[in-house]
Amino acid sequence: MTAPAVPASSPASTGEMARIPGMKTQRNAELGLLAFAMVLVAAYGATVEASRIGEITPTFWVPAALLSVLFLGLHVVVRYTAPYADPVIIPAVALINGLGVGFLRRLDIGDALSEKLPVPGIFAGIGGRQLAWTLISLILAAVLLLVVRDHKVVSRYAYTLGLTGIVLVMIPAVLPASISEVNGAKLWIRLGSFSIQPGEFAKIALVSFFAYYLVRKREVLSLASRRVLGIDFPRGRDLGPVVTVWLLSLLVLVFERDLGTALLYFGLFIVTLYVATERASWLIIGLLLFFGGVYIAYLLGASVGGPFANFYDRAQVWLNPFDSENYERLGGSYQLVQGLLSLGTGGLFGSGPGAGSPRFVPEVQNDFIFAGMGEEIGLFGLSALLVLYLLVVERGLRSALAVRDSFGKLVAGGLSFTLGLQIFVILGGITGLIPLTGQTTPFLSSGGSSLMANWLLIAMLLRISNAARGPAASGGGGTDRPGGGAKKAPAQLHGAMTEVIKP
Amino acid sequence: MNAPLRRAGVVILVLFGLLFANLNWVQAYKADDYRTNDYNRRVVVAQYERPRGIIEAGGTGVATNKVTDDALKYLRVYPRKEVYAPVIGYRPVGLAATGIENAENDFLSGESDKLFADRVKDMFTGNNTGGGNVLLTINTKAQEKAWKELVNNERGVDKGAAVAIDPRTGAVQAMVSMPSFDPNPLVSHDEKAASAAYNKLNKDPDQPLLNRSTAETKPPGSVFKVIVSAAALQNGYKTDTEIEAGREYRESGAVIRNSEDEVCPGSQIDLKDALTTSCNTGFARLGVTLGRDKVLETAKAFGFEDDQLTVGSLEGGGLPVAMSDTGKIANPDGSVDKGALAQSSLGQRDVRMTPLQGALIAATVANGGDQKRPYLVQKLTSPDLRTIYTANPKTLRTPINGQVAADLKDMMVSVVENGTGRRARISGMEVGGKTGTAQNAEGADPHGWFIGFAFNDKGEAVSAACVMLENVPGGHASAEAARIAGLIMKAAAGQGGD
Repeated sequence: MTAPAVPASSPASTGEMARIPGMKTQRNAELGLLAFAMVLVAAYGATVEASRIGEITPTFWVPAALLSVLFLGLHVVVRYTAPYADPVIIPAVALINGLGVGFLRRLDIGDALSEKLPVPGIFAGIGGRQLAWTLISLILAAVLLLVVRDHKVVSRYAYTLGLTGIVLVMIPAVLPASISEVNGAKLWIRLGSFSIQPGEFAKIALVSFFAYYLVRKREVLSLASRRVLGIDFPRGRDLGPVVTVWLLSLLVLVFERDLGTALLYFGLFIVTLYVATERASWLIIGLLLFFGGVYIAYLLGASVGGPFANFYDRAQVWLNPFDSENYERLGGSYQLVQGLLSLGTGGLFGSGPGAGSPRFVPEVQNDFIFAGMGEEIGLFGLSALLVLYLLVVERGLRSALAVRDSFGKLVAGGLSFTLGLQIFVILGGITGLIPLTGQTTPFLSSGGSSLMANWLLIAMLLRISNAARGPAASGGGGTDRPGGGAKKAPAQLHGAMTEVIKP
Repeated sequence: MNAPLRRAGVVILVLFGLLFANLNWVQAYKADDYRTNDYNRRVVVAQYERPRGIIEAGGTGVATNKVTDDALKYLRVYPRKEVYAPVIGYRPVGLAATGIENAENDFLSGESDKLFADRVKDMFTGNNTGGGNVLLTINTKAQEKAWKELVNNERGVDKGAAVAIDPRTGAVQAMVSMPSFDPNPLVSHDEKAASAAYNKLNKDPDQPLLNRSTAETKPPGSVFKVIVSAAALQNGYKTDTEIEAGREYRESGAVIRNSEDEVCPGSQIDLKDALTTSCNTGFARLGVTLGRDKVLETAKAFGFEDDQLTVGSLEGGGLPVAMSDTGKIANPDGSVDKGALAQSSLGQRDVRMTPLQGALIAATVANGGDQKRPYLVQKLTSPDLRTIYTANPKTLRTPINGQVAADLKDMMVSVVENGTGRRARISGMEVGGKTGTAQNAEGADPHGWFIGFAFNDKGEAVSAACVMLENVPGGHASAEAARIAGLIMKAAAGQGGD
């Protein structure tokens, strides 16, 4: 193991979070893994320079070093504010983020050389911007870890968060297309050269709200039911919130023309509902509603057109991407096909970092970054990336399993599942598994909104995993909370159907 | 709550498993498909990594390369622009290639199996040697002459075509089409400009992209009388056999008259004189007398109704040749339409022919009835100029025997020496041929045709040519075609190519 920068056995008095002797924090493991991840990022940068510029410049290590400093900063914050947090999450995400920066810098170098310009500086271009966004994202994540010392505090603001979430989702839908539309999907707020995707942030707010709502309502939702054909169905009046969210996601689908985001919101709600109630009937109802809605939207798109036409188009493009009719049409399958060709050209081993032609893939710095990288790192490289993502998601779910309070379980479970679902939606989209929708690839795509939102999500997971792995009585718990609420939580953990969360 | 969470974990595992399986499908199973897909721009860039082979005619490059400093390293250059465009075509970055550039693409690009050894050598030396070179059969003097005479024709005709072939081998000596186009803008690396240039040409009502010598069929008019003569000679007629003629011939509603009253007014004329003076009534009667089947059979034997022919390499591929067609000559119930047969015997009605077919007919007569397959690719050489392939002339058909061919030659020489084809005469050479003036549309000027051949002083058939001019104003439409054909054959024979 790499030598730790900070001795792990230092006395517990350094931070507010007192460490309990005998419980492993595994912070040194995190540091070691982080160092390994940064070595890989530096090696990636060196390979890119070797094949693109023809030589490894003396400054090839600078982006990796800068990233190392940033991640080291987060590591230090975690060491003091969440010492028991899962040690694998940060290194895994840091590696993905670092490779993303490396690939974007590779695009900058490629663009500059093809225009016969000198090799761009480290802070220039989309690579440099991504570096800056990483800095801001990590600061946000650190602030979240510093401010939210106990994840249950978040539940106090659940309704505020819920409302914020819905507003964030709806803003692009009601704004004129000139401000909110990019590539046919109305998911943006664009002001001049600055643009954000508010929906990215809505995910975290909505998950927190759902978790809070469901913890309070779970008895009603899970107990009051009628049994039909061996499946417990909820009472009509309890269906209200589900139907509301279903309608919300269909509204997103129709007015923001984005199936992926709709699927994401709906999926995260259904899953938190299922986890909260343990009733499979919710899953069945949810899936029926969603796929029924999608099918009806498809039929409407075929017959009526209007706001559904875009959706029908996308389905056609997905089914027959190589049809010349779909390929040549504006807004047709050009992107998808070029992405597939890029992936196919990469084959098993890829052309090597820097040796491909990612600029043939439209939007390669955003939605199609996975396809662009696929040409250069091949099936093996992409599989490794998939494993990294899977690791992060499963670690998040594991925190959800281990954490002692229902709210924490639902938030961690919901966020992890949403992250996993988003990865599935975008990667499935660009590899032709499902219809393509405009989603960013978490931690890889260029752009601030996605990076910031996903790092906040990671910070929240770290906070909950700290509570999950830390000592039960005083670790996760009530230092921030006055009164006896904290003491009740562990006692109610086993068997109790009710659990009061005091806002 | 842990059981559903575990299940959610399983769902994520399954979803990632699907992603992984699909990635395997895309990057392993379909990888080769995608790597070589037409939509894959990397294929295009890779093709420009090494210089494309040169297309040469008579020792000069007619399709060459220029080194550039952009992503596509070589720019294709066509120095002779319009003159060779119908033959060599062009090879654009994004659009489809045409002509020899298309037909011999594998060899020119270096991907052909024939250049396998060179590619293996490249792997060891690390060089990117170019593709193979293609040597055309085109005689540069004949080609330049044909183009110059066609565009500067004395009647101001703006559409037409000319083909000349060596009757002994089938090697194409000249092939021009008017109007033509400059292929250079089409191969520009600025794809938008190239696409705009293509669209402009494609929308031009004069169809400059159309190779009129191979891809367009027109009514051949009296040129078709050569076919009817061949049918007669094969069925017992001699050159001096008297056939019925006259001022006018009415058959099943069709009225046949001669082009001028002084042409064969008498009731009888011998076959040779009938062809020499291009006697319409005589040939209409002759066609009806011989019957539909014999006329159609002979036409087919000469190459009509063949939709498979290509002109390029004798190993296959090349410029597609449109099917020359006689039409059915039938009533709706399938019986012989004698009126149509009378008109068809004069190359009117539904008879259509490409200029290449015209040249083939003349070449067959000149080569004693042995029709050689026409070809444009004489030789393929490797990048280091080793010869990899040399054309070995092939017989395409033998529609007539030597005796019939000799009689036909005699008759066609008479046409040029005494008859309607006088303007094709070349001093010091024996020239034969047949003119054609084809009515095509109400009120439109007729097309002027000439097919012919030339023998040098050693008695060798050195060239056979066909010239077609569309809508020639000012009467005697075929005379100008005959003049141009004579000049092309003269140039092809190595005389007076200036």
